[in-house]
Amino acid sequence: MSTTTATDIAVAMRGITKAFPGVVANDHVDLEVRAGEIHALVGENGAGKSTLMNILYGLIHPDSGEILINGAPVKIGGPRDAIATGIGMVHQHFMLIPVFTVGENIMLGREPVVAGGIYDTAKARRDIQEMTRKYGLALDPDARTGDLPVGLQQRVEIVKVLYRGAGILILDEPTGVLTPQETNELFVVLRDLVKAGKTIIFISHKLREVLEISDRITVMRRGKVVGHLITKDTNQAEIATAMVGRAVLLRVEKKPAKPGAVSFRVENLTALSDRGVQALKGVSFELRQGEILGIAGVEGNGQSELVEVLAGTRKVSGGKVWLGDKDVTTYNARDEREAGIAHIPEDRRGAGLVLNYSIAENLILGRQRANSFAWHHILLLLDAIRKWAQRLVKEFDIRTPSIDVPARALSGGNQQKIIVAREMASQPRVLLASQPTRGVDIGAIEFIHRRIVAERDGGAAVLLVSAELDEVRSLSDRIAVMYEGRIVSIEPADASEDRLGLLMLGGTAQKT
Amino acid sequence: MSVITDILQLLLTANLWQVALVSAVLLLLPALGGVISERSGVVNIAMEGMMLTGAFFAVWADLIWHSPWIAVLVAMVAGGLMALIHAVVSIRFRADQIVSGIAINIFAAGLTVFLVRAIYGLQDVGHVVPAEALPNWDVPVLSAIPFIGQVVFQQNVVVYIALILLVVVEIVLFRTRLGLRIRAVGEHPQAADTAGLNVYLIRYGAVITSGLLSGLAGAFLAIGVSNTFVPNMTDGRGYIALAAMIFGKWTPRGAFVACIIFGLGEAIYANNSTIHVSQYLLSMLPYLITLVVLAGLVGRSTPPAADGIPYAAGSE
Repeated sequence: MSTTTATDIAVAMRGITKAFPGVVANDHVDLEVRAGEIHALVGENGAGKSTLMNILYGLIHPDSGEILINGAPVKIGGPRDAIATGIGMVHQHFMLIPVFTVGENIMLGREPVVAGGIYDTAKARRDIQEMTRKYGLALDPDARTGDLPVGLQQRVEIVKVLYRGAGILILDEPTGVLTPQETNELFVVLRDLVKAGKTIIFISHKLREVLEISDRITVMRRGKVVGHLITKDTNQAEIATAMVGRAVLLRVEKKPAKPGAVSFRVENLTALSDRGVQALKGVSFELRQGEILGIAGVEGNGQSELVEVLAGTRKVSGGKVWLGDKDVTTYNARDEREAGIAHIPEDRRGAGLVLNYSIAENLILGRQRANSFAWHHILLLLDAIRKWAQRLVKEFDIRTPSIDVPARALSGGNQQKIIVAREMASQPRVLLASQPTRGVDIGAIEFIHRRIVAERDGGAAVLLVSAELDEVRSLSDRIAVMYEGRIVSIEPADASEDRLGLLMLGGTAQKT
Repeated sequence: MSVITDILQLLLTANLWQVALVSAVLLLLPALGGVISERSGVVNIAMEGMMLTGAFFAVWADLIWHSPWIAVLVAMVAGGLMALIHAVVSIRFRADQIVSGIAINIFAAGLTVFLVRAIYGLQDVGHVVPAEALPNWDVPVLSAIPFIGQVVFQQNVVVYIALILLVVVEIVLFRTRLGLRIRAVGEHPQAADTAGLNVYLIRYGAVITSGLLSGLAGAFLAIGVSNTFVPNMTDGRGYIALAAMIFGKWTPRGAFVACIIFGLGEAIYANNSTIHVSQYLLSMLPYLITLVVLAGLVGRSTPPAADGIPYAAGSE
């Protein structure tokens, strides 16, 4: 993919140390990136990857250590310095202004102007067209950025970085929001950039992608570098072990499902999205006890609305939902809960937790009126709540200094475990799990996957929605593919990734 | 019915529109300041206090130097200093911008009353009368145009300045590099920061500019319109300017339309002798229009995405 000589070191970071109150985010970290390579930086959340890259980009100042770019020591006081040194960063959460045009976003900070500081739209347009020709990255400079699909927004970010003359590109978790097809397109772009002489640092925790795209790998764990690997000589298991510090099961271990009676039935369901467009255009499926039905689809094809309708937080415009022989179509969230439907919402911080509440309080959310936690629905029984919380924290391995700290203080993975614990502890008949492992570490993913399978084996009916096709494929017993508000096909668990990918993009089911 | 015909008749007189434009300009200047400040992401409800401070110091400076132009400069500096307090509190210390704004308004009311007593020894309803007022100026030729001439071109100099500023702010915000950067900082400060912009500098500049404009409005009120300083003479204009800014969807031209509507309400009240209805009812008109406009007509107007959210570099 690229030829490198060992002598050309584009980026050398030596002895980088950065301490935040209570935690050493980077502890004498060394990183060497060769010119013209794709260098993967891997590690779990909180391993210090982002801190290291933010230091390289000047957003964070290290306590000690030195940085050499192309062999020369540099001092990076802020993003301005980084840009001037030829470093560009594509952030995980895009640094784009949705209401600005593509051109304005790309130009921001280096805007072409005519007399009097008037912004030169025509020149901006020409410059972008030239970039497009040079790198083959097609973009409409006049489109409103917020209206573009995520893959194109990422392209805007890349062009923005290239426009600033970056020779070294940092990509922070670039595939986290992309579909498999978009990821493949991105990889084509990255390889072209390397051919054009760019150096790329690729941050990821998706090992398959790291193996596919990188030349060399640096592994971080708890603020330290724990391994330098050469991609062609390593494998997923070795990287995962280095990341987590112990052997990790990458495959979900599960026995074949023993589906029981139909417990949840959805008939011809329709609903509107927040913007008032038809998000569900007649969805029907059956969910049996003891099985996991996975929903695959590009985000925004009605999955979110489907789960919200089933959880009682969105109004139905037509169709029926049956739980056993009960019609639960018009149930609100509280009725649904009381009927035995548990819900792990996709928006962990917005819908799953009250971030400023303590862990104990979050663990009883939705059940605060139950007799076991409240005297006559009025007075909270604090002792009972504490005991309950302590039990769940232990059982679900929620890593926290105490049950009294606010949920905000925990890492994403541990926040997610709070929700998983709360929802599973209610022994649901139906579990709606939406993006249950988004932004969660490998270790915690393994744990959450095991618990979901355990729920299934305990007789619950599980509906799993995930943007991660790998997750859907490894957990599900059957896979329903959603496209534009409809289930276009229900596939067996061993359907190929290519076939699912095709269905997700609206292709018809012809061949297997 | 006669009340309505009275008002309709009034609306046909150039006098009414001439007065309305003056009232509108008193709102437009702080509203422009608000637009600039909030476009950069700092909520500013302190225009009332900054305007009041400007009004006092205009009169104070006018009495010392006998020059309305020096008075205007002093008033703008005074408004700018009040804005600086708001900027430091809300940008440097990341405090709640609403609370900071309220504090400044209360502080300005107290400060000006205190200064009136301390410097001029006046009690309760003290009037301080300035030495020289800001002049009126009839624009040659144009002021002879029927109707329009009287309304637009026979005005105080500050009215012309304000109308020019309206155009300037509109162009700067939406056509220039500076404006793009101000709006970027107000929409997504992290994005602006990573693009190499200085978020803090831009926000300080925008907030202080809002103070300069409010101070100018205060000077116009005290030494151009009323020719006196009375405690609390701004009479809620800073807040109505805030409403005008929101009604105008955070754009200068939108705010201007709103200011004209509010200005008409005030002008109709000022002409209450020709309308056969209680003047107290008429005096409610500007405020009533504000409420109606905010509740119903605006609908959902979207403020800049990062409006009111303090920015801390390096936090994602």
